Amino acid sequence: MKRLGPRVEQKVAQAGLWTMTLVTVGVLLFIIFFILRRGLPVLSLEFLTANPADMGKSGGIFSTIVGTVALSFMAILIAAPLGVGTAIYLTEYTWGGPLTRVIRFGAECLAGIPSIIFGLFGFILFVTKLKFGWSILSGGLTMAFMLLPTIIRTSEEAIKSVPPAYRTVSFSLGSTKWQTVTRVVLPSALPGIVTGIVLSVGRSIGETAATIFTAGSALRMPTSIFSSTRTMSVHFYILAREGISMSNAYGTAAVLIIAILGINILTYYLMNRFIKKYS
Amino acid sequence: MTRLRFARILLAIGVAFFPACRGDRSQTDLTLAGSTSIQPFADKWAEVFMEKHPGLGVNVQGGGSSAGIQACKSGACQIGMSSRELKGDEKDLTEIVIARDGLAVIVHPSNPVRGAKLAEVKQIFSGDLRRWNYLGGPDRLITVVTREEGSGTRGAFQELVMGKTRIFRGAITEDSNGTVREIVAHDPYSIGFISLGLVNEQVRSLDLDGAVANEENILNGRYKLVRPFLFVSMGEPAGLAKEFVDFVLSAEGQALVKKEGLLPIK
Amino acid sequence: MAMKTKKRGKNRLERNDRLVRLALLVVAFSAVSVLLVITIFIVQQGTPIMFKYGLKSFLAGGNWYPSEKVFGLWPMIVGSLFVTAGALVIGIPFGLACAVVLTEFSSKKVRRVIKPVIELLAGIPSVVYGFMGVIILVPFIRQTFGGPGLSVLAASIVLGIMILPTIISISVDSLQAVPPSYREGSIALGATRWQTVKMVLFPAARSGIIASIILGMGRAIGETMATIMIAGNAAEIPRSLLAPVRTLTSNIALEMSYATGEHREALFATGVILFVIIMVLNTIANATSSRRRRQP
Repeated sequence: MKRLGPRVEQKVAQAGLWTMTLVTVGVLLFIIFFILRRGLPVLSLEFLTANPADMGKSGGIFSTIVGTVALSFMAILIAAPLGVGTAIYLTEYTWGGPLTRVIRFGAECLAGIPSIIFGLFGFILFVTKLKFGWSILSGGLTMAFMLLPTIIRTSEEAIKSVPPAYRTVSFSLGSTKWQTVTRVVLPSALPGIVTGIVLSVGRSIGETAATIFTAGSALRMPTSIFSSTRTMSVHFYILAREGISMSNAYGTAAVLIIAILGINILTYYLMNRFIKKYS
Repeated sequence: MTRLRFARILLAIGVAFFPACRGDRSQTDLTLAGSTSIQPFADKWAEVFMEKHPGLGVNVQGGGSSAGIQACKSGACQIGMSSRELKGDEKDLTEIVIARDGLAVIVHPSNPVRGAKLAEVKQIFSGDLRRWNYLGGPDRLITVVTREEGSGTRGAFQELVMGKTRIFRGAITEDSNGTVREIVAHDPYSIGFISLGLVNEQVRSLDLDGAVANEENILNGRYKLVRPFLFVSMGEPAGLAKEFVDFVLSAEGQALVKKEGLLPIK
Repeated sequence: MAMKTKKRGKNRLERNDRLVRLALLVVAFSAVSVLLVITIFIVQQGTPIMFKYGLKSFLAGGNWYPSEKVFGLWPMIVGSLFVTAGALVIGIPFGLACAVVLTEFSSKKVRRVIKPVIELLAGIPSVVYGFMGVIILVPFIRQTFGGPGLSVLAASIVLGIMILPTIISISVDSLQAVPPSYREGSIALGATRWQTVKMVLFPAARSGIIASIILGMGRAIGETMATIMIAGNAAEIPRSLLAPVRTLTSNIALEMSYATGEHREALFATGVILFVIIMVLNTIANATSSRRRRQP
């Protein structure tokens, strides 16, 4: 084979790499447009505010929206304090050492565990052993564990990016560590922390494998945290997979995609503001 | 200030964790779990039942026959739904036959094959008969679609058609009637089995041993693939569970069954 | 007097500080404890049955008929590996191409458009990917190449797309971490940008790129819902790219809600095997990236 000159090779490589990148972007845009084109016509106020009827064949998706929100809320309520607390400890109270390594390794491993394992675990512990049944509580706890690594990592990064000078000034004014953390560091890192939390909400909305085994798939409107519920993702999965109603499946998927888009735009906006502030 | 806010957050978490609303759950809420074949019908019953009794809640969960039976044993639900006969240590539960269901062997509507012998269906699912042309169809490989291990529908099919022969490993495996129907509806060379009540215009059921799959042939015994739909409970159903079972067995409940394509018990 | 109260206040604050420190330490162990609890539960539920029927028959057995108490996971182990390998064949070139374009071949403006779009790829629920596979890819494969369409090929393509964000984001990080002087030096020596990428940046960012691939691999092995929708789930070692395949994850999700007794334990055993694979991958990724961190 004839060797190409470096300039030609550069051109070929650049064209090839760009093509592949555009294909990737194209695939994504295709998915979004495909779902929205078929799903948007289904959407209406009624679709959003009516409960599913006839297994989801008719009616709307209101109870699944409520279920999704309740589950995410529950998960964040548990995961956010734990995650932010861990991040504070890692950044403000310890400097390296085996202890930190263990904590970091734990968080990283947790991040890599497939959601189906979380589902199995949540099912055996919360649903059967602790007898919470398929419920928002079981689902929320399981989901909280899944979100923990994301919240730890993003909060850690946010706290780290607060300039050290802030802390020095606070200490020199006689504040204790905790005062510094709560009055100086956390407020400054808040936008970054919120970004991480919003990001995890996005993840919890899209999750199916873990929720279906822990929160169940009941279509009824949940009345307490012990009610079983069906999230939008699970609803979409069941509608599409079992061919119950394609139009309602597209409608549900469109709501999911819009929610994910909204969350991504929101995090992007928050992140940019946060980065601007400290650079 | 900070501590107060902290305490408030803790309090909020506490409230979320331990709501006092758990106690009265059993009187107003009934949970059914089990067979996904019965689930759609149970949903119907539940819908009508709740219309008649506002304030009462009936939750219908899928999970499959075996899981429903287990859930019932462990107390996770009051009524288990099983689309196969009870076996072994499950027999100590109380069982109530609520309907009967035919099992249809389905193919794509465009498939020229109209019927087959039960023995041929068995060969197809055991992997010994791989091409449609043996049955007068196109010279294409048969896409065999089965249910997963543990499913009541698979259990019934195994018992009624396969006997001791295994369904072959290469069969596509899905976890609900609806999914099997979806796949058969889209693959012109596929074959699967689902609840007769769920056969719709997207798929066609095969005549077995010369008998069309319909209610008449099931009642006169010419169509052999029939299984019971069971409700099971720990001891006799009581309270809300009894009310619900009574409703299902009532003329009105059974009429709903018939409308949805199942066979009433009488 | 005033001095004294101030001092006492200060003491109280310091004591609080120690308490807070302790509380935070406990909280900080939440992730580790969750990991431990998950490990304990999965292992406790899944291992007894493996030893009861023999580790060898469990791992190397070719038949999966739980209702007859025949639990051979070999087809699913091989299935997971096939599908993951397929996903990497697609994910690695496309992922690295995007990473290189984002760091080396695009202006800041273009980057600001493409990067969030690719990040969005990570946000799309896996059920949506699976659904797109069923609606578009599966019929296409069936009509073009024959077979049922639900296949190793379909699963590989969809998983390949799904692992892109993981590969891209970590590769971008490690490419950006290469000191600018490397690039400048290479360009100054007359190398083209592509030669710089190939001969300087890739070797310098190697450990990060490997870590990104390993994590992408973990993601592919762990994906459940998309796989279950498009792989066909036949519990047999696929003989071609067009044959259906069952992965470890689909084996669990497909049968979990239906299983009881030993069948359920066998599914937990499937979980144990999956868990071990993932932990090994995590540890390797962790080791490669921490080696990178220690490098100057």
